[in-house]
Amino acid sequence: MYNFDFEKPESVADAIAALQGEEAQALGGGQTLIPTLKQRLASPSTLVSLKGIAEMQGVCMGDDGSVCIGGATNHATVAAEAGAYPALADTAAHIGDPAVRNRGTIGGSLANNDPSACYPAAALGSGATIVTNARQIAADDYFQGMFTTALDEGEIITEVRFPVPEKANYQKFVQPASRFALVGVYVAKYADGVRVAITGASNDGVFRWAEAEAALSANFSASALDGLSLSGDDMISDLHGTGEYRAHLCAVMTKRAVAAA
Amino acid sequence: MSKKMHIKLNVNGKDEEFLAEPRELLIYTLRERLNITGPHIGCETSHCGACTVTIDGKSVKSCTMFAAQADGAEITTIEGIGNPDDLHPLQTAFKEHHGLQCGYCTPGMITRATKLLEENPTPTEEEIRFGMAGNICRCTGYQNIIKSIQAAAAEMNAAKEAAE
Ligand SMILES: Cc1cc2nc3c(=O)[nH]c(=O)nc-3n(C[C@H](O)[C@H](O)[C@H](O)COP(=O)(O)OP(=O)(O)OC[C@H]3O[C@@H](n4cnc5c(N)ncnc54)[C@H](O)[C@@H]3O)c2cc1C
Repeated sequence: MYNFDFEKPESVADAIAALQGEEAQALGGGQTLIPTLKQRLASPSTLVSLKGIAEMQGVCMGDDGSVCIGGATNHATVAAEAGAYPALADTAAHIGDPAVRNRGTIGGSLANNDPSACYPAAALGSGATIVTNARQIAADDYFQGMFTTALDEGEIITEVRFPVPEKANYQKFVQPASRFALVGVYVAKYADGVRVAITGASNDGVFRWAEAEAALSANFSASALDGLSLSGDDMISDLHGTGEYRAHLCAVMTKRAVAAA
Repeated sequence: MSKKMHIKLNVNGKDEEFLAEPRELLIYTLRERLNITGPHIGCETSHCGACTVTIDGKSVKSCTMFAAQADGAEITTIEGIGNPDDLHPLQTAFKEHHGLQCGYCTPGMITRATKLLEENPTPTEEEIRFGMAGNICRCTGYQNIIKSIQAAAAEMNAAKEAAE
């Protein structure tokens, strides 16, 4: 890997200042970025580690009852401490493996927006708010296609706020080699309607399944989904599964999530 | 040229202090700088777990962490868990229950298993499979690894009870 300088700021303000430098890049848990650096697919001149920033760590309850997670909080901490939103804690508890959960962070996962990652489904399925050093971004505006987000250069995720639903569940069909989702479906029932977010399937990254949301908002039961299906035409097709197979899994996993919620 | 970093670690109870390039991965610090060769390099992509060590009480894959990120940390490797004259119960159990064949994954496997048993002293087979998911073995088919961990758990729990 190419060499770089390493900064470990202790405040968001210092991190933003360090990220102003040309070709500076944020480092969360490094579970995606370090392999990328090894392959020389990225060559930042400075890495700015966010892990030493106390104000970006931990889980707390917001005044409006939402669960707020610091942008540099690792998955194991969310699994252990986000009990106020059990489906979210459970999602975090099933990301990767124990060592990955001890390092990988929610901010890194959402910034990366891998098309098969779990947190994007949780954030979109919960209508979460992504808070950065500069602004607040609704999940509906944040995800803009695989590996693409609304974040500007040098902007960092400092917190993610999840409104807590009446019921929710995440069903992940694990791709056992990568441990990511082959298809993952996040279903959350709020007073004003149901949200369904799907990861691992679309070539455009995480998306909401509007038809399923309408059916489930009228009748929150797996049978309400009978007859609903998605087209596999624009879905990821690789050696692990065709687009058609993934489309089928979307419907199956949505039903399972509703039944388990 | 990048700025070298001044790094302090405590590895298996011993303080270490050195200057390193920021890109130095912890697995290379351990193996090449400190001659602690128990943690192995397998896949180098954070998948196989052969490089698993314990950092401030948590299992981490040392191939996917910079030494600079570990600055100030306490690290335990397989060398800090037991030695040929004083095997850890997990090491004895892996030996007795054939929890290894080639042995390449074993240091990472046992280092991870020490944490698993701390987190859950009486794991079921399913809990062992879930808790050990980040450690891959290409020889055993896992059956004997599970047996070994269960045997060590029983042994450690019995020893704890006897001590109380
Ligand atoms: C073996 C393995 C299995 C995995 N399995 C899963 C899985 O099942 N499900 C899943 O969802 N994920 C999985 N992951 C990914 C993992 O969960 C990490 O969350 C993910 O790699 C990114 O988080 P990170 O903190 O490591 O980010 P990094 O690797 O440090 O950074 C990733 C990107 O985000 C940027 N970044 C980091 N933090 C911030 C921030 N706060 N604000 C803005 N930008 C930031 C970086 O600049 C970089 O571009 C797996 C990874 C591995 C290695």
